[in-house]
Amino acid sequence: MSLKLKAMTGLKKKLLLPDMSTTTTRNINNEIVEAFHQSKFDVAKEYRNKALAFFEKTGLPAVKQEEYRFTPIAKSLEKNFDWSVIQSKSAIESIEEFLIPNLDANILVFVNGKYSESHSTIISPESEVKIKTLNAAFKTDSEVFAPYFDKILNPESDPFAAMNSALWQDGLLIHVPANTHVSKPIFILHLNDAGNSQVISQTKILGILEKGSQLSVIEKFDSRGTHSVFHNFSEEWIVKEKSHLEYCKVQNDAGKSYQVANTIIHQSDNSLLNTFTLTLNGELVRNNLNIIIDGENCESHFYGLYLLNGNTLGDNHTVVDHKKPNSFSNEMYKGIMDGNSKGVFNGKIFVRPHAQKTNAFQSNRNILVSDSATVNTKPQLEIWADDVKCSHGCTSGQLDEEALFYLRSRGIAEPIAKAMLLYAFASEVLTPIKNETLKSYLDNLIAERLQKNF
Amino acid sequence: MSKGNQVLEEITSKEYEHGWNVNLEADEAPMGLNEGTVRFISAKKGEPEWLLEWRLKAFRLWEKMKEPTWPNVSYPAIDYQNIIYYSAPKKKATLNSLDEVDPELVKTFEKLGISITEQKRLTGVAVDAVIDSVSVATTFKEKLGELGIIFCSFSEAVKEHPELIKKYLGSVVPMNDNYFAALNSAVFSDGSFCYIPKGVRCPMELSTYFRINAANTGQFERTLIVADEGSYVSYLEGCTAPMRDENQLHAAVVELYTMKDAEIKYSTVQNWYPGDKNGKGGIYNFVTKRGLCFGDHSKISWTQVETGSAITWKYPSCVLKGDYSVGEFYSVAVTNNYQQADTGTKMIHIGKNTRSRIVSKGISAGKSQNSYRGQVHVLKRASNARNHSQCDSLLMGDQCGAHTFPYIDVENNSARIEHEATTSKIGEDQIFYCLQRGIDEEAAVALIVNGYAKEVLNQLPMEFAVEAQKLLALTLEGSVG
Repeated sequence: MSLKLKAMTGLKKKLLLPDMSTTTTRNINNEIVEAFHQSKFDVAKEYRNKALAFFEKTGLPAVKQEEYRFTPIAKSLEKNFDWSVIQSKSAIESIEEFLIPNLDANILVFVNGKYSESHSTIISPESEVKIKTLNAAFKTDSEVFAPYFDKILNPESDPFAAMNSALWQDGLLIHVPANTHVSKPIFILHLNDAGNSQVISQTKILGILEKGSQLSVIEKFDSRGTHSVFHNFSEEWIVKEKSHLEYCKVQNDAGKSYQVANTIIHQSDNSLLNTFTLTLNGELVRNNLNIIIDGENCESHFYGLYLLNGNTLGDNHTVVDHKKPNSFSNEMYKGIMDGNSKGVFNGKIFVRPHAQKTNAFQSNRNILVSDSATVNTKPQLEIWADDVKCSHGCTSGQLDEEALFYLRSRGIAEPIAKAMLLYAFASEVLTPIKNETLKSYLDNLIAERLQKNF
Repeated sequence: MSKGNQVLEEITSKEYEHGWNVNLEADEAPMGLNEGTVRFISAKKGEPEWLLEWRLKAFRLWEKMKEPTWPNVSYPAIDYQNIIYYSAPKKKATLNSLDEVDPELVKTFEKLGISITEQKRLTGVAVDAVIDSVSVATTFKEKLGELGIIFCSFSEAVKEHPELIKKYLGSVVPMNDNYFAALNSAVFSDGSFCYIPKGVRCPMELSTYFRINAANTGQFERTLIVADEGSYVSYLEGCTAPMRDENQLHAAVVELYTMKDAEIKYSTVQNWYPGDKNGKGGIYNFVTKRGLCFGDHSKISWTQVETGSAITWKYPSCVLKGDYSVGEFYSVAVTNNYQQADTGTKMIHIGKNTRSRIVSKGISAGKSQNSYRGQVHVLKRASNARNHSQCDSLLMGDQCGAHTFPYIDVENNSARIEHEATTSKIGEDQIFYCLQRGIDEEAAVALIVNGYAKEVLNQLPMEFAVEAQKLLALTLEGSVG
């Protein structure tokens, strides 16, 4: 059936959709499917149709669904968004305030889901790294990404991944050739401007690090304006043999912003991975970080920090899947919850039957600052191999009274003493970041945030 | 490690020793479940009208419910119409002493190495023996009666203490709590009831032995223990079951209710038939156990040693409602061959300054799957709640699996919650250390496993610890203990 024909029968389709458990999800799912039929996409039609077919089958996750137990996204999306209007104009001219000062990097900017060439500057030569928009890459570089596109991040693994695969507006292909060290980091700014109207943006990144290459990526998510923003973001990173990826994500959306980010990283033999995720603001942030260790002697470190206040809901779901022997993974996520905020953490470690000699560690620590903040955490180990060392630990509590007393007895006022202790708690996760400019920027961001509130 | 593998080989090939079949003429309900079955059971037991109504209500709820699919276990679908829901030993005369007990029954216990007479004489344990759903022997009853303690079968309690049953039945585990609790509420056959009056410290360990006996009989036990203000009781429950080819369903409900300053200690050693080494047969053990710390400063402590059953699905929980109440959960779960266990606990902190502690030790061998699933939930008003959870898994062999699903939900900022879990195998360096000191490999494995489970075994009362170690040894060779 052609796309046009599909659009015409869209109304009919509404009636044929499977029976969703609640009437509220029924409408939103139909609206999203309708939005798909109304959109005109140039590229990747086969991928999109396949993903849509899956999305039609599952729809947005209901609250009862285990993976989205604490995160009622469907409801928020229905309440706050008009799915018949997807494109929105931005009035942003200067992006200076959203950049990281003094960071010498390639700058790639998305505004409201569209790649903005005028704001972007690429300084690395093409021999070091090839950067293209996905729309362009589909026409010229299909042989590079066809083996990976929508394969590592299977649309069927998550309803939002399916939605993204069907409806993505723009994206990037980042390709690092074999044995290349990209000297300048890549800074990607996802900016959503809801000054005039609501924004729905769906973007996608595919990054490939060929054998023996090295790359550092920093992604920053910002938004402004008073209207609602929904950003559904997917990315796939292929880290091949002996490659090294440094990945940092800063989520600093303001106001009524809802974000779902699906990140999947596939590691091959002898590869090294460092990821860092910082969540500061937004109405609702959901991160799915999946790391597939599909090689021997891999090393994977992933760190996360969520500093939440107001009504923010910060939800981090991580998966480390050890498929081959002799690898190492270490995870540390920390959270500070203030106001009415809610922190959700779910960390899965899978050790498959043949992944002997795996070492996998995980820790999740939370501090609840206010009376009405909550945390729901679920560390999860699933082990099918016997010769392994795996552990997880998680805690929830408040500041140590004795430590606080110690500081106060030395003449430090209570708010400052609290801020000091919280800062010490939070800044530990920054230690593995290698880029000094980035590190001091994040450090300031955290310190500012903690002092402002306590 | 070749010797170690050999030891494991021996362990996994060990046959179930306690398999036997007593020939008791059973008085059975017709196969299948409908309103008639519920009425039949109720009439058979001469129950009052209100209890029949209660059962029927539960049955109607059950009809509308769906079997849960979230546990990490898989088994062929159960045909609930292919089960006999009631069977009782024929002899129903009132018994005053052990002499009147069916001699075959006594023999049965002797075979198990836990003769009632011996226990009665040597250990001072009052035994309420349950064979196929009807209590046939109750000992030490008079002695307990002097203290005002009620310890009797459930059906007896319905007749003699209806006011207590009416008040507490379903107060901790409501009939619509879950699929199997509803099923049990509709068709429960018998069980134990225990009431400890104000300020009484029960002088002896109370104990029941459950056995599944006639073929095709699901066991639907119901235990209710109420500890009044300032009282204390330690209750033991142990299970062994005969060899059987088809799967048997066991859906029990245990309710504990503690008032101000009271304490209940509930210990279980579970050794239902686990199926043969190809995973054929074995008991389905779907149990709902829950304790309510209703009064301030009350305490409930669960200890379990789980070695049997083809499938275990069980979460002894504590609802910490009273301020300063305490919940504890100690568990050793051993799975071998094709056994599957999904077990753990729930600690619901409602009152202020409530504390809970979880120690769970899983051992998986053969091709078994062992899951810990637990929840620590601190509600808004539970300030200063404290929890520490530790769940460790030990893997023996490379075809088994260990899984951990802890849920930690905190809504109060003064709560301090800690959770830790590890997974590992017996370290080669540990074995080497023992070998170096002249301890052979088999003894070394035993030593390490024993040490690993010690923290939990130590919680068991003396009389039980011996049997627990025996059962552990049965599942994991003759090495433990």
